Amino acid sequence: MSKPILTVKQLTKRYGSNTIFENIDLSVNEGDTIVIIGPSGTGKSTLLRCLNLLTKPDGGQIWLDQQEITAKGTDEDRVRQHIGMVFQNFLLFNHLTALENVKLGLVRVKHMPEKAAEQKAMEELTRVGLADRAGHYPGQLSGGQQQRVGIARALAMDPRVMLFDEPTSALDPELIGEVLEVMRKLALDGMTMVVVTHEMGFAREVADRIVFMERGKIVEEGSPDALFYHPKYERTREFLWKITELYGKKEAQS
Amino acid sequence: MEWLHLLQRFLSDFLRGAGVTLELTAVGLALGFALGLFLALVKIYAPRWLSRFATAYIEIFRGTPLLVQLFLIYYGLPSLGITLSQTLSAYLALGLNSAAYQAEYLRGAIQAIGPSQMMAGRSIGLSRWQTIRHIILPQALRLALPSWSNEPISLLKTTAVVFLIAVQDLMAKAKRAATVTYNPIASYLAVAVVYLLMVFVLNLLLKWLERKSKIPGFEIDVKRV
Repeated sequence: MSKPILTVKQLTKRYGSNTIFENIDLSVNEGDTIVIIGPSGTGKSTLLRCLNLLTKPDGGQIWLDQQEITAKGTDEDRVRQHIGMVFQNFLLFNHLTALENVKLGLVRVKHMPEKAAEQKAMEELTRVGLADRAGHYPGQLSGGQQQRVGIARALAMDPRVMLFDEPTSALDPELIGEVLEVMRKLALDGMTMVVVTHEMGFAREVADRIVFMERGKIVEEGSPDALFYHPKYERTREFLWKITELYGKKEAQS
Repeated sequence: MEWLHLLQRFLSDFLRGAGVTLELTAVGLALGFALGLFLALVKIYAPRWLSRFATAYIEIFRGTPLLVQLFLIYYGLPSLGITLSQTLSAYLALGLNSAAYQAEYLRGAIQAIGPSQMMAGRSIGLSRWQTIRHIILPQALRLALPSWSNEPISLLKTTAVVFLIAVQDLMAKAKRAATVTYNPIASYLAVAVVYLLMVFVLNLLLKWLERKSKIPGFEIDVKRV
Protein backbone atom coordinates (compact mmCIF):
# COMPACT_ATOMS: atom_id res chain seq x y z
CA MET A 1 0.00 0.00 0.00
CA SER A 2 1.23 3.45 -0.78
CA LYS A 3 1.10 5.97 2.03
CA PRO A 4 -1.22 8.98 2.18
CA ILE A 5 0.35 12.30 1.22
CA LEU A 6 -2.69 14.39 1.95
CA THR A 7 -5.24 13.54 4.61
CA VAL A 8 -8.32 15.64 5.24
CA LYS A 9 -10.52 15.12 8.28
CA GLN A 10 -13.88 16.74 8.98
CA LEU A 11 -12.95 19.83 6.97
CA THR A 12 -15.54 22.61 7.07
CA LYS A 13 -15.73 26.03 5.46
CA ARG A 14 -18.37 28.69 6.03
CA TYR A 15 -18.84 32.23 4.84
CA GLY A 16 -20.98 33.82 7.52
CA SER A 17 -24.01 31.63 7.88
CA ASN A 18 -23.45 30.11 4.48
CA THR A 19 -21.85 26.68 4.69
CA ILE A 20 -19.67 25.98 1.65
CA PHE A 21 -18.79 22.45 2.65
CA GLU A 22 -18.98 20.45 5.83
CA ASN A 23 -17.15 17.51 7.39
CA ILE A 24 -15.21 16.53 4.30
CA ASP A 25 -12.97 13.49 4.70
CA LEU A 26 -10.47 12.77 2.00
CA SER A 27 -7.28 10.82 1.68
CA VAL A 28 -4.83 11.10 -1.20
CA ASN A 29 -2.16 8.45 -1.59
CA GLU A 30 1.23 8.98 -3.14
CA GLY A 31 1.04 8.79 -6.91
CA ASP A 32 -2.74 8.88 -7.00
CA THR A 33 -4.84 11.08 -9.22
CA ILE A 34 -8.08 12.08 -7.53
CA VAL A 35 -10.69 13.77 -9.67
CA ILE A 36 -13.37 15.81 -7.93
CA ILE A 37 -16.57 16.32 -9.88
CA GLY A 38 -19.89 17.92 -9.11
CA PRO A 39 -22.23 20.74 -10.10
CA SER A 40 -20.83 24.26 -9.92
CA GLY A 41 -21.25 26.05 -6.62
CA THR A 42 -20.80 22.90 -4.55
CA GLY A 43 -17.55 24.03 -2.98
CA LYS A 44 -15.04 22.07 -5.07
CA SER A 45 -12.81 25.06 -5.79
CA THR A 46 -13.03 26.32 -2.23
CA LEU A 47 -12.09 22.87 -0.99
CA LEU A 48 -9.05 22.89 -3.26
CA ARG A 49 -8.01 26.32 -1.97
CA CYS A 50 -8.36 25.13 1.59
CA LEU A 51 -6.00 22.25 0.85
CA ASN A 52 -3.07 24.65 0.32
CA LEU A 53 -4.37 27.14 2.88
CA LEU A 54 -5.07 29.90 0.36
CA THR A 55 -8.43 29.92 2.10
CA LYS A 56 -8.62 29.20 5.81
CA PRO A 57 -10.93 26.34 6.73
CA ASP A 58 -13.23 26.93 9.69
CA GLY A 59 -12.97 23.45 11.09
CA GLY A 60 -11.23 20.11 10.66
CA GLN A 61 -7.65 19.14 9.97
CA ILE A 62 -5.34 18.65 7.01
CA TRP A 63 -2.13 16.64 7.08
CA LEU A 64 0.56 16.93 4.46
CA ASP A 65 2.69 13.81 4.84
CA GLN A 66 2.87 13.46 8.62
CA GLN A 67 2.54 17.16 9.44
CA GLU A 68 -0.74 18.77 10.40
CA ILE A 69 -0.75 21.95 8.34
CA THR A 70 -3.91 23.31 9.94
CA ALA A 71 -2.12 23.36 13.30
CA LYS A 72 -1.44 26.74 14.88
CA GLY A 73 1.97 28.16 14.10
CA THR A 74 2.35 26.34 10.78
CA ASP A 75 4.58 28.18 8.32
CA GLU A 76 2.01 28.47 5.54
CA ASP A 77 4.43 29.80 2.94
CA ARG A 78 6.55 26.72 3.50
CA VAL A 79 3.53 24.44 3.15
CA ARG A 80 2.50 26.07 -0.11
CA GLN A 81 5.79 25.47 -1.84
CA HIS A 82 5.10 21.76 -1.41
CA ILE A 83 1.58 21.97 -2.84
CA GLY A 84 1.46 23.15 -6.45
CA MET A 85 -1.65 24.84 -7.75
CA VAL A 86 -2.99 25.42 -11.24
CA PHE A 87 -5.81 27.93 -11.64
CA GLN A 88 -8.81 28.10 -13.91
CA ASN A 89 -7.73 31.52 -15.23
CA PHE A 90 -4.03 30.58 -15.38
CA LEU A 91 -3.06 33.59 -13.23
CA LEU A 92 0.40 33.89 -14.70
CA PHE A 93 2.50 36.85 -13.60
CA ASN A 94 1.67 39.15 -16.51
CA HIS A 95 4.81 41.27 -16.32
CA LEU A 96 7.16 38.31 -16.61
CA THR A 97 8.10 36.07 -19.54
CA ALA A 98 7.18 32.39 -19.48
CA LEU A 99 10.68 31.54 -18.29
CA GLU A 100 10.65 34.22 -15.59
CA ASN A 101 7.23 33.01 -14.40
CA VAL A 102 8.66 29.57 -13.78
CA LYS A 103 11.95 30.86 -12.44
CA LEU A 104 10.63 33.34 -9.88
CA GLY A 105 9.70 30.84 -7.18
CA LEU A 106 13.01 29.03 -7.58
CA VAL A 107 14.96 32.21 -6.91
CA ARG A 108 12.71 33.88 -4.33
CA VAL A 109 11.35 30.89 -2.45
CA LYS A 110 13.96 28.18 -2.94
CA HIS A 111 16.84 30.65 -3.10
CA MET A 112 18.46 28.87 -6.02
CA PRO A 113 21.28 30.72 -7.78
CA GLU A 114 20.17 32.52 -10.98
CA LYS A 115 21.92 30.15 -13.37
CA ALA A 116 20.63 26.96 -11.81
CA ALA A 117 17.12 28.41 -11.50
CA GLU A 118 17.12 29.37 -15.15
CA GLN A 119 18.23 25.91 -16.18
CA LYS A 120 15.58 24.24 -14.02
CA ALA A 121 12.88 26.61 -15.31
CA MET A 122 13.87 25.76 -18.86
CA GLU A 123 13.60 22.04 -18.08
CA GLU A 124 10.09 22.53 -16.74
CA LEU A 125 9.06 24.52 -19.82
CA THR A 126 10.48 21.76 -21.99
CA ARG A 127 8.46 19.25 -20.00
CA VAL A 128 5.23 21.03 -20.95
CA GLY A 129 6.42 21.51 -24.54
CA LEU A 130 7.03 25.24 -24.41
CA ALA A 131 10.79 25.60 -24.58
CA ASP A 132 10.40 27.68 -27.74
CA ARG A 133 8.07 30.13 -25.96
CA ALA A 134 10.38 30.86 -23.02
CA GLY A 135 10.82 34.53 -23.93
CA HIS A 136 7.14 35.24 -24.56
CA TYR A 137 4.97 37.21 -22.17
CA PRO A 138 1.62 35.75 -21.05
CA GLY A 139 -0.19 38.27 -23.25
CA GLN A 140 1.57 36.77 -26.26
CA LEU A 141 0.57 33.18 -25.52
CA SER A 142 -2.62 31.26 -26.25
CA GLY A 143 -4.79 30.13 -23.36
CA GLY A 144 -3.53 26.58 -23.66
CA GLN A 145 0.07 27.73 -23.66
CA GLN A 146 -0.54 30.00 -20.66
CA GLN A 147 -2.03 27.11 -18.73
CA ARG A 148 0.95 24.91 -19.56
CA VAL A 149 3.25 27.64 -18.25
CA GLY A 150 1.05 27.68 -15.14
CA ILE A 151 1.63 23.95 -14.75
CA ALA A 152 5.38 24.38 -15.28
CA ARG A 153 5.46 27.16 -12.69
CA ALA A 154 3.88 24.87 -10.11
CA LEU A 155 6.00 21.87 -11.10
CA ALA A 156 9.23 23.81 -10.76
CA MET A 157 8.80 23.90 -7.00
CA ASP A 158 8.95 20.06 -6.94
CA PRO A 159 5.65 19.81 -5.08
CA ARG A 160 4.51 16.73 -3.17
CA VAL A 161 1.07 17.13 -4.67
CA MET A 162 -0.49 19.21 -7.47
CA LEU A 163 -3.94 20.79 -7.25
CA PHE A 164 -5.80 21.62 -10.48
CA ASP A 165 -8.79 23.94 -10.23
CA GLU A 166 -10.82 23.44 -13.42
CA PRO A 167 -7.66 23.85 -15.49
CA THR A 168 -9.40 23.61 -18.87
CA SER A 169 -12.74 25.30 -18.32
CA ALA A 170 -11.53 28.74 -19.43
CA LEU A 171 -10.02 27.35 -22.62
CA ASP A 172 -11.28 27.27 -26.17
CA PRO A 173 -12.28 23.70 -27.03
CA GLU A 174 -9.40 23.18 -29.44
CA LEU A 175 -6.85 24.12 -26.75
CA ILE A 176 -8.11 21.74 -24.07
CA GLY A 177 -6.36 18.71 -25.51
CA GLU A 178 -2.82 20.04 -25.12
CA VAL A 179 -3.37 20.81 -21.44
CA LEU A 180 -5.01 17.47 -20.69
CA GLU A 181 -2.15 15.76 -22.49
CA VAL A 182 0.39 17.39 -20.16
CA MET A 183 -1.69 16.40 -17.14
CA ARG A 184 -2.06 12.84 -18.37
CA LYS A 185 1.70 12.57 -18.75
CA LEU A 186 2.22 13.95 -15.26
CA ALA A 187 -0.13 11.38 -13.78
CA LEU A 188 1.70 8.61 -15.62
CA ASP A 189 5.00 9.91 -14.26
CA GLY A 190 3.63 9.30 -10.77
CA MET A 191 2.75 12.83 -9.71
CA THR A 192 0.14 12.98 -6.97
CA MET A 193 -2.75 15.08 -8.25
CA VAL A 194 -6.11 16.40 -7.10
CA VAL A 195 -8.11 17.64 -10.08
CA VAL A 196 -11.41 19.51 -10.15
CA THR A 197 -12.74 19.15 -13.66
CA HIS A 198 -15.73 18.44 -15.88
CA GLU A 199 -13.59 16.52 -18.36
CA MET A 200 -15.11 13.08 -17.94
CA GLY A 201 -12.85 11.46 -20.53
CA PHE A 202 -9.83 12.52 -18.51
CA ALA A 203 -11.46 11.41 -15.27
CA ARG A 204 -12.34 8.00 -16.61
CA GLU A 205 -8.95 7.39 -18.14
CA VAL A 206 -6.57 8.91 -15.61
CA ALA A 207 -8.29 9.01 -12.22
CA ASP A 208 -7.54 6.40 -9.61
CA ARG A 209 -10.54 7.65 -7.71
CA ILE A 210 -13.42 9.96 -8.53
CA VAL A 211 -15.08 11.99 -5.81
CA PHE A 212 -18.58 13.24 -6.51
CA MET A 213 -19.43 16.33 -4.47
CA GLU A 214 -22.73 18.11 -4.19
CA ARG A 215 -23.96 20.88 -1.91
CA GLY A 216 -20.86 20.86 0.25
CA LYS A 217 -20.81 17.11 0.83
CA ILE A 218 -19.13 14.11 -0.71
CA VAL A 219 -21.97 12.08 -2.12
CA GLU A 220 -19.96 9.16 -3.35
CA GLU A 221 -16.41 8.22 -4.22
CA GLY A 222 -14.80 5.28 -5.90
CA SER A 223 -12.91 4.03 -8.93
CA PRO A 224 -14.02 5.39 -12.31
CA ASP A 225 -15.52 2.01 -13.18
CA ALA A 226 -17.48 1.85 -9.94
CA LEU A 227 -18.85 5.34 -10.33
CA PHE A 228 -19.63 5.15 -14.02
CA TYR A 229 -21.06 1.62 -14.09
CA HIS A 230 -22.19 0.77 -10.58
CA PRO A 231 -22.97 4.01 -8.74
CA LYS A 232 -24.49 3.55 -5.30
CA TYR A 233 -26.72 6.56 -5.62
CA GLU A 234 -29.17 7.53 -8.28
CA ARG A 235 -27.94 11.14 -8.04
CA THR A 236 -24.43 10.10 -9.06
CA ARG A 237 -25.71 8.25 -12.09
CA GLU A 238 -27.87 11.20 -13.07
CA PHE A 239 -25.01 13.70 -12.82
CA LEU A 240 -22.50 11.54 -14.66
CA TRP A 241 -24.97 10.79 -17.39
CA LYS A 242 -25.77 14.48 -17.91
CA ILE A 243 -22.21 15.67 -17.90
CA THR A 244 -20.98 12.92 -20.19
CA GLU A 245 -23.70 13.79 -22.66
CA LEU A 246 -22.72 17.44 -22.43
CA TYR A 247 -18.97 17.02 -22.78
CA GLY A 248 -18.75 13.62 -24.39
CA LYS A 249 -18.86 14.63 -28.03
CA LYS A 250 -16.10 17.15 -27.67
CA GLU A 251 -13.86 14.65 -25.98
CA ALA A 252 -14.48 11.98 -28.56
CA GLN A 253 -12.84 14.36 -31.00
CA SER A 254 -9.83 15.24 -28.88
CA MET B 1 9.23 90.75 -28.16
CA GLU B 2 10.22 92.54 -24.99
CA TRP B 3 10.03 89.32 -23.02
CA LEU B 4 12.66 87.79 -25.24
CA HIS B 5 15.13 90.58 -24.44
CA LEU B 6 14.28 90.26 -20.81
CA LEU B 7 14.81 86.53 -21.00
CA GLN B 8 18.27 87.12 -22.48
CA ARG B 9 19.18 89.69 -19.87
CA PHE B 10 18.11 87.57 -16.91
CA LEU B 11 18.99 84.23 -18.46
CA SER B 12 21.57 83.09 -15.93
CA ASP B 13 19.33 84.22 -13.07
CA PHE B 14 16.37 82.37 -14.57
CA LEU B 15 18.43 79.25 -15.18
CA ARG B 16 19.52 79.22 -11.57
CA GLY B 17 15.88 79.61 -10.54
CA ALA B 18 14.81 76.86 -12.93
CA GLY B 19 17.45 74.64 -11.35
CA VAL B 20 15.91 75.25 -7.93
CA THR B 21 12.44 74.57 -9.35
CA LEU B 22 13.64 71.26 -10.80
CA GLU B 23 15.24 70.34 -7.50
CA LEU B 24 12.01 71.09 -5.66
CA THR B 25 10.08 69.00 -8.17
CA ALA B 26 12.49 66.08 -7.96
CA VAL B 27 12.69 66.03 -4.16
CA GLY B 28 8.95 66.56 -3.72
CA LEU B 29 8.20 63.84 -6.23
CA ALA B 30 10.62 61.33 -4.70
CA LEU B 31 9.49 62.03 -1.15
CA GLY B 32 5.87 61.96 -2.28
CA PHE B 33 6.38 58.67 -4.10
CA ALA B 34 7.98 56.90 -1.17
CA LEU B 35 5.36 58.14 1.28
CA GLY B 36 2.52 57.78 -1.22
CA LEU B 37 3.42 54.17 -1.97
CA PHE B 38 3.57 53.48 1.75
CA LEU B 39 0.16 55.09 2.26
CA ALA B 40 -1.38 53.15 -0.63
CA LEU B 41 -0.06 49.85 0.71
CA VAL B 42 -1.24 50.66 4.22
CA LYS B 43 -4.65 51.64 2.92
CA ILE B 44 -5.06 48.37 1.02
CA TYR B 45 -3.25 45.76 3.08
CA ALA B 46 -3.05 47.02 6.66
CA PRO B 47 -5.64 46.31 9.36
CA ARG B 48 -8.60 48.64 9.21
CA TRP B 49 -7.64 50.89 12.14
CA LEU B 50 -4.29 51.56 10.51
CA SER B 51 -5.65 52.04 7.03
CA ARG B 52 -8.00 54.69 8.44
CA PHE B 53 -4.95 56.75 9.36
CA ALA B 54 -3.80 56.58 5.77
CA THR B 55 -7.25 57.59 4.54
CA ALA B 56 -7.34 60.51 6.98
CA TYR B 57 -3.88 61.64 5.89
CA ILE B 58 -4.86 61.56 2.23
CA GLU B 59 -8.12 63.42 2.82
CA ILE B 60 -6.46 66.12 4.92
CA PHE B 61 -3.61 66.80 2.51
CA ARG B 62 -5.84 66.77 -0.54
CA GLY B 63 -8.51 68.81 1.21
CA THR B 64 -6.39 71.78 2.23
CA PRO B 65 -4.36 74.26 0.15
CA LEU B 66 -0.69 73.50 -0.30
CA LEU B 67 0.05 77.08 0.69
CA VAL B 68 -1.61 76.58 4.07
CA GLN B 69 0.44 73.41 4.59
CA LEU B 70 3.61 75.25 3.59
CA PHE B 71 2.95 78.13 5.99
CA LEU B 72 2.07 75.74 8.80
CA ILE B 73 5.40 74.02 8.33
CA TYR B 74 7.52 77.15 7.89
CA TYR B 75 5.78 79.57 10.25
CA GLY B 76 3.89 77.15 12.49
CA LEU B 77 6.41 74.47 13.39
CA PRO B 78 8.88 76.89 15.06
CA SER B 79 6.28 77.45 17.80
CA LEU B 80 6.61 73.73 18.53
CA GLY B 81 10.35 74.16 18.70
CA ILE B 82 11.01 72.79 15.21
CA THR B 83 12.62 75.33 12.94
CA LEU B 84 13.31 74.27 9.37
CA SER B 85 15.12 76.23 6.68
CA GLN B 86 13.12 77.65 3.79
CA THR B 87 14.34 74.98 1.39
CA LEU B 88 13.70 72.16 3.81
CA SER B 89 10.21 73.49 4.56
CA ALA B 90 9.49 73.62 0.84
CA TYR B 91 10.75 70.06 0.28
CA LEU B 92 8.67 68.80 3.15
CA ALA B 93 5.45 70.59 2.18
CA LEU B 94 5.70 69.50 -1.46
CA GLY B 95 6.57 65.92 -0.52
CA LEU B 96 3.83 65.54 2.09
CA ASN B 97 1.29 67.07 -0.26
CA SER B 98 2.30 65.10 -3.33
CA ALA B 99 2.22 61.88 -1.29
CA ALA B 100 -1.53 62.21 -0.84
CA TYR B 101 -2.09 62.47 -4.59
CA GLN B 102 0.39 59.78 -5.53
CA ALA B 103 -1.15 57.45 -2.95
CA GLU B 104 -4.45 57.63 -4.78
CA TYR B 105 -2.93 56.96 -8.22
CA LEU B 106 -1.06 53.97 -6.83
CA ARG B 107 -3.95 52.64 -4.77
CA GLY B 108 -6.18 52.57 -7.84
CA ALA B 109 -3.61 50.64 -9.85
CA ILE B 110 -2.82 48.15 -7.08
CA GLN B 111 -6.51 47.42 -6.64
CA ALA B 112 -6.93 46.99 -10.39
CA ILE B 113 -4.31 44.22 -10.34
CA GLY B 114 -6.64 42.48 -7.93
CA PRO B 115 -6.47 39.69 -5.40
CA SER B 116 -5.98 36.93 -7.98
CA GLN B 117 -2.32 37.82 -8.57
CA MET B 118 -1.81 37.74 -4.80
CA MET B 119 -3.30 34.25 -4.76
CA ALA B 120 -1.04 33.14 -7.60
CA GLY B 121 2.03 34.48 -5.80
CA ARG B 122 1.11 32.87 -2.50
CA SER B 123 0.42 29.55 -4.26
CA ILE B 124 4.08 29.00 -5.07
CA GLY B 125 5.17 29.83 -1.53
CA LEU B 126 5.93 33.54 -1.78
CA SER B 127 5.10 35.50 1.35
CA ARG B 128 2.59 38.32 1.26
CA TRP B 129 5.28 40.95 1.17
CA GLN B 130 7.28 39.08 -1.50
CA THR B 131 4.16 38.88 -3.64
CA ILE B 132 3.52 42.59 -3.24
CA ARG B 133 7.13 43.40 -4.01
CA HIS B 134 7.76 41.06 -6.95
CA ILE B 135 4.30 40.47 -8.45
CA ILE B 136 1.81 43.20 -7.59
CA LEU B 137 3.94 46.35 -7.63
CA PRO B 138 5.78 45.75 -10.91
CA GLN B 139 2.38 45.42 -12.58
CA ALA B 140 0.62 48.16 -10.62
CA LEU B 141 3.35 50.71 -11.30
CA ARG B 142 3.14 50.08 -15.02
CA LEU B 143 -0.61 50.34 -14.89
CA ALA B 144 -0.46 53.57 -12.89
CA LEU B 145 2.13 55.26 -15.08
CA PRO B 146 -0.15 57.00 -17.62
CA SER B 147 -2.34 58.68 -15.00
CA TRP B 148 0.48 59.10 -12.48
CA SER B 149 2.33 61.12 -15.14
CA ASN B 150 0.04 64.03 -14.29
CA GLU B 151 1.69 64.34 -10.92
CA PRO B 152 5.24 65.36 -11.93
CA ILE B 153 3.81 67.89 -14.40
CA SER B 154 1.39 69.28 -11.87
CA LEU B 155 4.01 69.33 -9.12
CA LEU B 156 6.52 71.21 -11.28
CA LYS B 157 4.05 74.06 -11.69
CA THR B 158 2.83 73.89 -8.11
CA THR B 159 6.34 74.48 -6.78
CA ALA B 160 5.89 78.12 -7.75
CA VAL B 161 4.13 78.83 -4.44
CA VAL B 162 7.36 78.40 -2.48
CA PHE B 163 8.61 81.87 -3.51
CA LEU B 164 6.21 83.06 -0.80
CA ILE B 165 8.63 81.79 1.85
CA ALA B 166 11.52 83.30 -0.14
CA VAL B 167 12.90 80.15 -1.72
CA GLN B 168 14.83 81.37 -4.77
CA ASP B 169 12.99 79.33 -7.38
CA LEU B 170 12.07 80.38 -10.91
CA MET B 171 8.99 82.27 -9.69
CA ALA B 172 11.08 84.26 -7.20
CA LYS B 173 13.46 85.20 -10.03
CA ALA B 174 10.52 86.37 -12.12
CA LYS B 175 9.32 88.58 -9.32
CA ARG B 176 12.81 90.03 -8.95
CA ALA B 177 13.06 90.73 -12.69
CA ALA B 178 9.65 92.41 -12.60
CA THR B 179 10.74 94.63 -9.73
CA VAL B 180 14.05 95.56 -11.32
CA THR B 181 12.65 96.29 -14.80
CA TYR B 182 9.23 97.64 -13.83
CA ASN B 183 7.96 95.33 -16.55
CA PRO B 184 5.83 92.59 -14.98
CA ILE B 185 4.25 91.45 -18.24
CA ALA B 186 7.54 90.73 -19.97
CA SER B 187 9.03 89.20 -16.81
CA TYR B 188 6.23 86.75 -16.15
CA LEU B 189 5.87 85.96 -19.86
CA ALA B 190 9.56 85.12 -20.08
CA VAL B 191 9.32 82.88 -17.06
CA ALA B 192 6.13 81.27 -18.36
CA VAL B 193 8.12 80.23 -21.42
CA VAL B 194 10.78 78.67 -19.22
CA TYR B 195 8.14 76.73 -17.28
CA LEU B 196 6.57 75.62 -20.54
CA LEU B 197 9.90 74.33 -21.82
CA MET B 198 10.50 72.38 -18.63
CA VAL B 199 7.04 70.81 -18.80
CA PHE B 200 7.63 69.93 -22.45
CA VAL B 201 10.88 68.10 -21.69
CA LEU B 202 9.39 66.40 -18.64
CA ASN B 203 6.52 65.19 -20.79
CA LEU B 204 8.93 63.67 -23.30
CA LEU B 205 10.73 61.96 -20.45
CA LEU B 206 7.50 60.49 -19.10
CA LYS B 207 6.41 59.27 -22.54
CA TRP B 208 9.79 57.61 -22.94
CA LEU B 209 9.42 55.94 -19.56
CA GLU B 210 5.98 54.67 -20.54
CA ARG B 211 7.32 53.22 -23.77
CA LYS B 212 10.31 51.66 -22.09
CA SER B 213 8.33 49.93 -19.34
CA LYS B 214 5.72 48.55 -21.69
CA ILE B 215 5.17 44.80 -21.73
CA PRO B 216 3.73 43.15 -24.84
CA GLY B 217 0.14 42.09 -24.37
CA PHE B 218 0.00 43.44 -20.82
CA GLU B 219 -2.77 46.03 -21.26
CA ILE B 220 -5.00 43.56 -23.03
CA ASP B 221 -4.55 41.14 -20.21
CA VAL B 222 -5.30 43.69 -17.55
CA LYS B 223 -8.54 44.62 -19.28
CA ARG B 224 -9.59 41.02 -19.61
CA VAL B 225 -9.11 40.06 -15.95
